[in-house]
Amino acid sequence: MQLNDLTISQLREKLASGETTSVELTKAFLARIAATNDKVNSFITVCEAEALAAAAEADQRIAAGNAAPMTGIPLAVKDIFNTLDVRTTCGSKILDNYVSPYDATAIAKLREQGAVIIGKLNMDEFAMGSSNENSAAGPVKNPWDLERVPGGSSGGSAAAIAAGQALATLGTDTGGSIRQPASHCGVVGLKPTYGRVSRYGVIAYASSLDQVGPLARNVEDCATLLGAVAGYDPMDSTSVDTPVPDYLATLKDGVKGKKIGLPKEYFIDGLDADVKKAVDAAIATYKGLGAEIVEVSLPHTDYAVACYYLIATAEASSNLARYDGVRYGVRKDEGEGLIGMYSQTRAAGFGDEVKRRIMLGTYALSSGYYDAYYLKAQKVRTLIRQDFLDAFEKVDLLLTPVAPTPAFKIGEKTDDPLQMYLSDIFTIPLNLAGLCGISLPCGNSSEGLPIGLQLLGKPFAEAEILQAAWAFENTTDFGGKLASL
Amino acid sequence: MKISREEVEHVARLARLALQPEELEAMTGQMDAILGYVDKLNELDTEGIEPTAHAVPMENAFRADEVKPSIGIERAQQNAPATDGSCFKVPKVIE
Repeated sequence: MQLNDLTISQLREKLASGETTSVELTKAFLARIAATNDKVNSFITVCEAEALAAAAEADQRIAAGNAAPMTGIPLAVKDIFNTLDVRTTCGSKILDNYVSPYDATAIAKLREQGAVIIGKLNMDEFAMGSSNENSAAGPVKNPWDLERVPGGSSGGSAAAIAAGQALATLGTDTGGSIRQPASHCGVVGLKPTYGRVSRYGVIAYASSLDQVGPLARNVEDCATLLGAVAGYDPMDSTSVDTPVPDYLATLKDGVKGKKIGLPKEYFIDGLDADVKKAVDAAIATYKGLGAEIVEVSLPHTDYAVACYYLIATAEASSNLARYDGVRYGVRKDEGEGLIGMYSQTRAAGFGDEVKRRIMLGTYALSSGYYDAYYLKAQKVRTLIRQDFLDAFEKVDLLLTPVAPTPAFKIGEKTDDPLQMYLSDIFTIPLNLAGLCGISLPCGNSSEGLPIGLQLLGKPFAEAEILQAAWAFENTTDFGGKLASL
Repeated sequence: MKISREEVEHVARLARLALQPEELEAMTGQMDAILGYVDKLNELDTEGIEPTAHAVPMENAFRADEVKPSIGIERAQQNAPATDGSCFKVPKVIE
């Protein structure tokens, strides 16, 4: 039996029946990581000893008959989550030696359930990137084609699943950082509504946009993991105090009679032919399942990338001010006083893309430019959010491509930051609006690369988009596959 | 030009980034291109539109002012580049 070829729900049965143990499972994943990480580079830190200890504890809990849904399940998390006594670099040289003194709430919730955290996943530095090429730990390779990017910034979180190194993972999504890599790696990834999952202990990039979410091999596992981490947290005053539904209870209810909107601004000329074909086929599948397809308009879509790169960078310039070489991180001091120490530490510790975004954000917030850039962008954000709310008056969900092309080649866009930013045109608007979305496999390109489908939902309608995603997944045969490597 | 090299140097000082001359050079061109792109927001009339700072409408989040356990000095300083055992040490500020 190949343990890493199963899903969470299948493994839970095998753990309950005693057919396998968490220790055996954990060892299988650790072995797969050891055998494949040189190729994929998805893990920054592997927590072998901690994972085996947690697995042994989980086995006792299962034997005692008080297992929770995640007990004994090996998971891996993006290196953006503070994880007690484990190195947490956020993909940056400036946090090269940082060991978390506490657990993020999402991690604490998983530990309470007895999940086994097997390691910390590679990512674009401070979650800034669309290709996972901006990591101090080196680029992640797409398991389906090692010359291509896995997407970003949660590139490690998506690649590890496609490579069979983890059953499911946690990522974060600020402008598409869960959905775009999920699409490029052929896995399922969900960006919850802003406030659905606590951000406490998650290293901040752009606080009004960042959201934690699950990635998994199938929709059901994604729903299970979301249920395990969602909920109000007094430690995050932006988390929302609304009950977490049982996402599995309604998962298989189908889409008959649902109204699915196609925003015409997402079906543009620049769309890759294979992507268009796959998404068109998905639309036909939903029609066949009894959904009603309606064209809608999100008229301000074309302004989302510009709006995002002002708001996100402004927030980043403020959030990243904390990396000053005083309380943590790698200090560089050449004896030029306190401000000299700050400036040298930051110049030496941050990579090019992070510097670029701090510079842009600092500029957008600086005296004389605030109204023209930052305030203007916040007003445009209102228009973008209103577009979605208007569309959701007419339809239950929206269906779009995730990315305009399948995974591109490593190095293809590194010299042109603006081209890289434009690869996020279909994912960014959702973060500005604060709504939920899911990416799931819907086909392959002529070169065999995965293509993703995006379903967008109303505020806190995670159950509804999971339901629609499950209906598609179980009518087609695109997802759940592992790259052989 | 949307931004000059001098302005980029000024922003780098504000951001506390000791950028090398070649970094400043590259940054000027890239920021110029990006600022040129974001200019498209000016195509939109936003007169009278309220700015959105936060996607979820929120009131102030109040809580009771209660003493609770905190992380402690040892944990808080475990990653510090320099301490004297209770304080973070930094280069001398006042001559």
